[in-house]
Amino acid sequence: MVNTGDTAWILTSAALVLLMTPGLALFYGGMVRAKSVLNMMMMSFGALALISVLWVLYGYSVAFGDDVGAGLLGDPAEFFGLSGLMEDTTTEAGGLPVMAFVGFQAVFAIITVALISGAIADRAKFGSWMVFAGIWATIVYFPVAHWVFAFDGDEVTGGWIANDLRAIDFAGGTAVHINAGAAGLALALVLGKRRGFGRDPMRPHNLPLVMIGAGLLWFGWFGFNAGSALAANNTASVAWVNTLAATAAAVLGWLLIEKIRDGHATSLGAASGVVAGLVAITPACSAVSPIGALVVGVIAGVLCALAVGLKFKLGYDDSLDVVGVHLVGGLWGTIAIGFLATAEAPAAVDGLFYGGGVDQLWRQVVGALAVLAFSFVVTLIIGFAIQKTIGFRLTEDDEVTGIDTVVHAESGYDFASLGGGGSTAPLGGQARAEARNTEGSRA
Amino acid sequence: MKLVTAIVKPFKLDDVKNALELIGIAGLTVSEVQGFGRQRGHTEVYRGAEYQVDFVPKVRIEVVVGEIEAARVVDAIVEAASTGQIGDGKVWVTTIDEVVRVRTGERGADAL
Repeated sequence: MVNTGDTAWILTSAALVLLMTPGLALFYGGMVRAKSVLNMMMMSFGALALISVLWVLYGYSVAFGDDVGAGLLGDPAEFFGLSGLMEDTTTEAGGLPVMAFVGFQAVFAIITVALISGAIADRAKFGSWMVFAGIWATIVYFPVAHWVFAFDGDEVTGGWIANDLRAIDFAGGTAVHINAGAAGLALALVLGKRRGFGRDPMRPHNLPLVMIGAGLLWFGWFGFNAGSALAANNTASVAWVNTLAATAAAVLGWLLIEKIRDGHATSLGAASGVVAGLVAITPACSAVSPIGALVVGVIAGVLCALAVGLKFKLGYDDSLDVVGVHLVGGLWGTIAIGFLATAEAPAAVDGLFYGGGVDQLWRQVVGALAVLAFSFVVTLIIGFAIQKTIGFRLTEDDEVTGIDTVVHAESGYDFASLGGGGSTAPLGGQARAEARNTEGSRA
Repeated sequence: MKLVTAIVKPFKLDDVKNALELIGIAGLTVSEVQGFGRQRGHTEVYRGAEYQVDFVPKVRIEVVVGEIEAARVVDAIVEAASTGQIGDGKVWVTTIDEVVRVRTGERGADAL
């Protein structure tokens, strides 16, 4: 029997989360220089397209098919092409059409891949990025989603973190943020630093775009977290309010650090604080009280504001701070559950500060580190394999010229009142070439 | 004939234009420029990383006038553009060999 309220909320949440990826494209796009804005946005849109297709073909099946052994992998053949899911079936928890769950989980896979692109701004071949995205989703995200999100049922066996370790990850602190953050670090190491990193100013070219992107991410994230209840109920409501509380506190925490350290509270700091708070509360929003959420948030803002300086100290070019925000924020939020969880919250577990001892804490740490290590190592291997075969990084000349014009044959902005001094050729340059040849000006 | 060139703070443009109109100057050319003198630039901060921005936006005003008017034009610009703060800019005068009005072909002082 389908529960129409639950179904309406999950389909809505899925659409909210889908919008997060174009929001991320704006957030990232505004942060790079004007010559890279289109490529930065294309990496998100490319992930949107490719991962959607893979999810339909076999992604859902690998993540949520019956376990093939040890809680590591779902059966890729069970739901290949989403076969057998169109009939009026509901999830085992009841009330929700399986197809609604398929759609909701698809947009998580998409944004996780898109998040990684922030670590390799300005310098990755687009084709190589797309190849990477497909391989990474296949051998890292889909299995990890199975580990974390696939719960045992009457007729189905799920993943090891969800069922054997029983670490709490309500909406994807490990599967999404630690996963993407560790992968971002690995790719930043594979591709190396941008030309001029740490020396040339690489100022964000459009902070209003960053703010719009952060706003869309914030809005969509309520579907991400409250939708993860998979029902329109009290758990969803608690998650919603905790998401509000943590994010607000994180913005204040980040701005406070900036004011103390740099003397200025900045708009980029506010936008970054939004994301840091959202990341940290993602795993914890069903397990902590609203006061706990405020603590998770403010510490996330402080930690991530400090962590974004690490890349300059350690010398890796995580261009848009995927590590500093998503990895650090995801680790904090996941581990914070071990300290701040309260049995009064829907997850019904006490953390260390609520008399629960270290039982939940060690589970959280193991879950976080397992995903971190797996993602980092496998991403390094995929990254180097692509670099050694088809090449991953642009040539230095192309990078200096600008990836938008070189790779996409476009430019994000045209502010030149004199135009480019060119002419147009409707047939891919053919007409222009012929015209030039007949003029004899360029034989 | 003289070319008076002034580099001033952007927000002073209207004051300078009005001052020049008051002394009867018929035309001027304005461009947005960047550079630095003693004022230097400013510092911006993005996620804690500091960027020194060396070039300061300024406005360049150019007026072509006769010998006698040049001194009055310079005085008017200096008075209108001054705030007393660092970065107020500079004014200089150069000699012009020839001026032609495109529409009529008039030359020299007639073209002004």
